[in-house]
Order: sequence, then structure tokens, then C-alpha cells
Amino acid sequence: MSTFVAITISGLALGAVYFLVASGLSLIYGLMDVLNFAHGVFLTLGAYAGWAVAAHLPQQHWAVFLVTAAAATATGAVVATATELLLIRPLYGNPVGQILVTIGLDLALVGLLLGGFGSDSRSIQVPGWLTAVTTIGPERIPNGDFAALGTGLAVLGALTWFLSRTRYGIIIRAGAENRDMVRALGIDVGRAFTVVFAVGGAAAGLAGLLNSVAFSSGLVSPLQGDQMLIFAFIVVVIGGLGSIFGAAIAAMLVSLVQVYVTFYAGSGGGLAQLGNMSVVLVLAIVLLARPRGLLGRAA
Amino acid sequence: MTSGQPQPAHAVEAIGLHASIAGSHVLQGVDLRVPAGGVTALLGRNGVGKTTTLRSLIGLVPPSGTVRVLGRDVAGWPVHRIIQLGVGYVPEDREVFSRLTVRDNLRLAETGREMNYDRVYDLFPELKQRSRQLAGTLSGGQQQMLAIGRVLLADRPVLLIDEPTKGLSPKFVSEVVDALERVREAATILMVEQNVHVVRRLARQVIVLDRGRVVHAGQAAELADENLVRRLLGVSA
Repeated sequence: MSTFVAITISGLALGAVYFLVASGLSLIYGLMDVLNFAHGVFLTLGAYAGWAVAAHLPQQHWAVFLVTAAAATATGAVVATATELLLIRPLYGNPVGQILVTIGLDLALVGLLLGGFGSDSRSIQVPGWLTAVTTIGPERIPNGDFAALGTGLAVLGALTWFLSRTRYGIIIRAGAENRDMVRALGIDVGRAFTVVFAVGGAAAGLAGLLNSVAFSSGLVSPLQGDQMLIFAFIVVVIGGLGSIFGAAIAAMLVSLVQVYVTFYAGSGGGLAQLGNMSVVLVLAIVLLARPRGLLGRAA
Repeated sequence: MTSGQPQPAHAVEAIGLHASIAGSHVLQGVDLRVPAGGVTALLGRNGVGKTTTLRSLIGLVPPSGTVRVLGRDVAGWPVHRIIQLGVGYVPEDREVFSRLTVRDNLRLAETGREMNYDRVYDLFPELKQRSRQLAGTLSGGQQQMLAIGRVLLADRPVLLIDEPTKGLSPKFVSEVVDALERVREAATILMVEQNVHVVRRLARQVIVLDRGRVVHAGQAAELADENLVRRLLGVSA
């Protein structure tokens, strides 16, 4: 029983990281109909920015870690904003071109990281608490899980507030429903597109750091974003394209299935990939039962 | 609802307007002039290009030809910039944002200048009572009030209104027409409308389209001539 509770918390924490990546993808698709295959590299660049900042700061302190997290978040936002302005904007109305340019950007940036830093992982310095475990009764829970889960909940709350309370949030929700009518009210939808890319990139950058801290023993590597992107796309499709709450529910569903199957069925030997395969099975079942995803809008 | 600047004689002008939708050449050289002030009705049978004309004037359907709005040549401008000149657009079928509340639908129409919620709520008190209700749950008539209310929130000297009474019950037709009657005192309205009685009550001028071209322009009073109405529109008045 104690193992069950521990892996459940681990699954929820992984779900929080999936949500951070998937929320941006979902927002971007929901408003702009852009399938952004470069989203994974936003995550990777965020993690590398966090590593670079932490490596140049004096000690493992909470304040240092917060600066590291801010650097990861800001890097994701800046790279995503530049991507929207320089590469996506000239290709509006050309979805194939957008897909190709984001795939190309991902390949190019990952290649640059591999060329610059090599394929070996780098270790981020983090406060000791984050790498320790907390004992609650019989449970030993890694503190990184709490950090990931808390951050995921905070970002969900912040996104909910942003989308429901701010003018840009309302524009984004309206634009996902009827872009032409938003324009016909005198609103520059292009600016909302940039904001959505920046918000999505920021969440991805933060996810890169959290993924390294909570699930990769503090290591960053050039391919971590692409590995995460596959699961993020599955989360977005299961949750329903364009739905933030759908993405949150789907992230938890996918991660829990993944960790349960990996632990209970895959750890016996030879079946280590069973957890990943089970995620694809969940995707197939959801799409068969509900083709638009859990909370997706009707076509 | 005036901007304080001298207004040109024509609030909206189109010369040689062409537009295509999905490969179909819908507008084939529309020439129209909408005089400043009052209501001009854009009439014609179904499918002759009335809605496409309105959408082309604000760039929602990219046109070729000359379009002037409040004296400015707006050809090639993005939609939001044309609207920001002081144009309000009420589309056919309302197109309110169904998953937003009434209040948030109105908030979207805020322009940063002084917003006149009192005017909107005075014309349509139901919108105030239902401000927290999702727009998608409103009746057709209430959605039309919201669609019109959105463009009245700010001072907009030009209003393009597409079939404001389409599909409404007589009660809502009366409310919408009453509201437009009050609004026309302060704005230039170009209105697509199939209901000849509504046109007679509201409009000063009429422009008739057929097969993507203007075939008649004159005074709304001419619609009293049954033969003219039957010849131009194929309906009895």
C-alpha cells in the first residue's frame, strides 16, 4: 500500500510536468491552429538556461534556485516569442509550412545543443531539499515530486486566472471560438498570437527545469524536450485540442497509467516499455470513445 | 456618436469592388456610396453578394478595387485597423462568443476610449440582467441584442449591420428596430435587410444588388412602388 501511495504521488508529479508542456501546445493550437513541433526544444532550452545560470551562481540556495527557475521560464518565453514573430507569422494560412518550419527549428536547435554541449548530460545544482525525500508515515516521497506537483497546480491556477480574468485571456478564448469576429471587433489578433506563444514557451521552459530536477536526477540533455513532446501531444489530443482543463485531466490520466503499468507490469523484466505502450492504448481508447478528446470542442 | 472631425460626404465608398469566395466570383464590380448619416439599406435576392459586400468593406473577405471608409482609402488594411477607424460590424447570424458570458462579450468590444455601458443597457435592459449568463444560452433575439450592443459600446460613426431581424420573433424584431431607430440619429448605418417593412421604417436610401453588381440606388420612399419592388427584389412589398 505504501508503494502505491508513493508511485501515485510520483505519477501526479509527472502529470504536472506533462501539463506544463501540454498547456502551451493546447493554447497555441486552440487559438492559432498551429501544431508546434518546436515546443520540445523550448523545454530543452529552458533546462539549459537553468543549468547555465545555476552553474555561475555561488551556492545551492533557494534564492539561487528561484533565479534559475526564472531564467528557464524567461528563456522559454523569449525563444517562443521569437519563433512566432520570425517564423510562424509569415506562414499564417500555410499549416504545412508551419509544421515544416517548426520541425526544422527543432532539428536545428537540438543539433546546435548537441554540437555545443555534446550528448552527455549536464547536472543542475539545486538546493539539497529538492534532492532529498520526505518521510510521511511509512511513505518516502521525493521532494522533487512535491515541487513539480506544486508548480503544476500553481501554473494551472495562474492560467485559469489569466484566461478568465484578463483581457488577453478573454481574447484568447474568443479567438479560439471565432477569430474573424475578434478581428471584426477591432482587436489585433496577431498580438494575442504572440502572447499565447510567449505563455506556452514560458511554461515549457519551466517544465524543462522541473523535469530535470524531479525525474532526471538533476540532469539536462539535448534530447529531453523531444522525448517529452511525444507525451505532451498525446495529452493534448486526449484532453481535447484547445482545452486547458482537458490537458490537466489528460496529463494526470496519462502519467498515472504510465507509472502504474511501468511499476506493476513492466518492472518484472523485459517489459520496461510497457508503460509507454499503455499510454498509446489509452489514447486509442479515448479517441474511439470520444474523437474530440475529453473536453475538446465539437468540430 | 460623431468623432468630432469633419465627416466626408460619403461615410463608405466602394469603387469597382471585386471579391471571390472559394473560387466563386461573388462581387463583380460593386460601386456604392453610402451618404453620411442615417440608414442605407442594401437589398437584393438571396446569394447576390450582400453579405460579401459588407465583409469586403472591412476586409474579412479580401477585395480588389477601392474602398474608402470615413474618407480613408483602406484597401489592403488589416481588419482590426479598419474597425478602429470607427466602424462597427454586426454579422449575419450574430456570431456572439457562445462560451463567454454576456459581460465578457461586451468587454471584448471595449476600445480603450470611454465605454457607454449605460447606452447599451438602456437600449437592451435584458443584457444587464443576463450579464453573467453564457452567450450561447441566450435566445436568438437576445443574441442579436448582444451583437448590436457590442458595437454600440464605443462611439462608432459607421455601423455595418447584416440582417438584424433575420429569424427573430415579432417581439424581438420590434425591439431591435426600435433600438436601430434611436441609433440612426447618431451614426451612418449600412444595413442588409430582407424585410421590406423594416427597410421602409428605417432607411433613407436603398442600394439594390444583383449578381454581384449594383443595379439600383435611390430613395427608400421608392419602395412604395410595388412594381419596382417586385422587379428589383422579386417579392411583394
